[in-house]
Amino acid sequence: MTERTLAGGERPVVTGIGVAAPNGLGTQAYWSATLDGKSGLGRITRFDSERYPVRVAGEVSEFDDTEHVPSRLAVQTDHWSHLGLTAADMALRDAGVEPGELPEYAMAVVTASSSGGTEFGQREIEKLWSQGSQYVGVYQSIAWFYAATTGQISIRYGMRGPCGVICSEQAGGLDVVAQARRLLRQDATVVVTGGTDASLCPYGLVAQISTGLLSTRDDPERAYLPFDAEACGYVPGEGGAMLIVESQAEALARGARPYGAIAGYGATFDPRPVQGQESRSNLQRAITLALEEAKVIPDQVDVVFADALGVPEADLAEARAISAVFGPYGVPVTAPKTMTGRLYAGGAALDLATALLAIRDGVIPPTVGVRATAPAYELDLVRSAARDGPVRRALVLARGHGGFNAALLVTDL
Amino acid sequence: MTTFTLDDMRRIMGGCAGVPDTVDLADDIGEVSFVELGYDSLAVLEMAARIQQQIGVRIPDDAVDEMKTPQAAVDYVNRRLAA
Repeated sequence: MTERTLAGGERPVVTGIGVAAPNGLGTQAYWSATLDGKSGLGRITRFDSERYPVRVAGEVSEFDDTEHVPSRLAVQTDHWSHLGLTAADMALRDAGVEPGELPEYAMAVVTASSSGGTEFGQREIEKLWSQGSQYVGVYQSIAWFYAATTGQISIRYGMRGPCGVICSEQAGGLDVVAQARRLLRQDATVVVTGGTDASLCPYGLVAQISTGLLSTRDDPERAYLPFDAEACGYVPGEGGAMLIVESQAEALARGARPYGAIAGYGATFDPRPVQGQESRSNLQRAITLALEEAKVIPDQVDVVFADALGVPEADLAEARAISAVFGPYGVPVTAPKTMTGRLYAGGAALDLATALLAIRDGVIPPTVGVRATAPAYELDLVRSAARDGPVRRALVLARGHGGFNAALLVTDL
Repeated sequence: MTTFTLDDMRRIMGGCAGVPDTVDLADDIGEVSFVELGYDSLAVLEMAARIQQQIGVRIPDDAVDEMKTPQAAVDYVNRRLAA
């Protein structure tokens, strides 16, 4: 396959958004809640978490797996894929894309996943141990797999172009958009991209707890406080967002109304931590790469959507990276994920969707819960209430567990 | 259990492999192929496993391959029950 360089009219734009988030199912519900500072964090209800050290999470409580996903598809897929399929369907409708009318090999699917189908797997493992191997369902073979959401979207809509999955935890939600852009330079004209995760079952939660980064506070309003002096880890959540990416020329030719353009991207990896030494972060380099590619200077960026891990050392590293590029208090920074928890592969995809909505409406959504930013961070954190724009350029940051960094700049058209 | 009926089969199909969008399982589906009904080979394999557990009739993989319709599955199970 040959790669073309994208000329001006061929730059990638986002024409459709679908959201399944703890504080809102559907883009409009999510966006209104987010601007109002309404959190979706609460006590875990998907299973009895009483005896686990982590008891608060962001659940997509309005979501009904059997209502939102056709029966035949629902039985062979995990809850995480159900959320992804639902968000993808919303995004396609929003973009006005009719998959049946497009060449099947020109449609591609690239999604991010971090946990795979853990809840499905939990049920099958329970059958294995309590009843025996004959009781394990055949669909375990395809439901757990990281690429399951991508594959099922591809099958559902007959999208037979390049398909793939990226597993770089929280960074995955941005890395997939970069891959989507790469596919547009080849033969794809429409790419379904984004990500979801949903691992709020005992097996999934225990795997997350092992990192030591999760919040063990029981008060949902005080459990996830990135950049606060009282930061105590993060709250896990489920859900995410799907996006439709196509070239600007094609989008405008078919009468679509893009939310914004993908203008720059940078990805870096952190060096292996050395015991006894302060760990080094290459996030700043990812930011610079994204700005350089977009030919944008720091002063032109209107808001940064922070990765906001909520772990003091990581918050400091991110604050330093932001200050190094933009100067102390040099750019508004926000973390609407304080209302959803960290959604892993879905997190940065949702931040990107949120950034595009911020550009559309000229308003920066707030970071909730944080009472006072620790002074050492030198951050202009948008707290308590939304702040009016204009927002023409937004930078989204994401760090994936294990050292992944990604930065993606979106602009108005 | 003395005989295995098409209704038993309908219950197993819908229970383990889901209900198709385009077909009502209550219709006369006995001679309609699983493929036409919207069930792929994995779905039929899953049905065979549930029949085995619920009815106690073992269905070897070769026999699963030969079960092209719900009625064929019903007939196979009944032959084994009668044997």
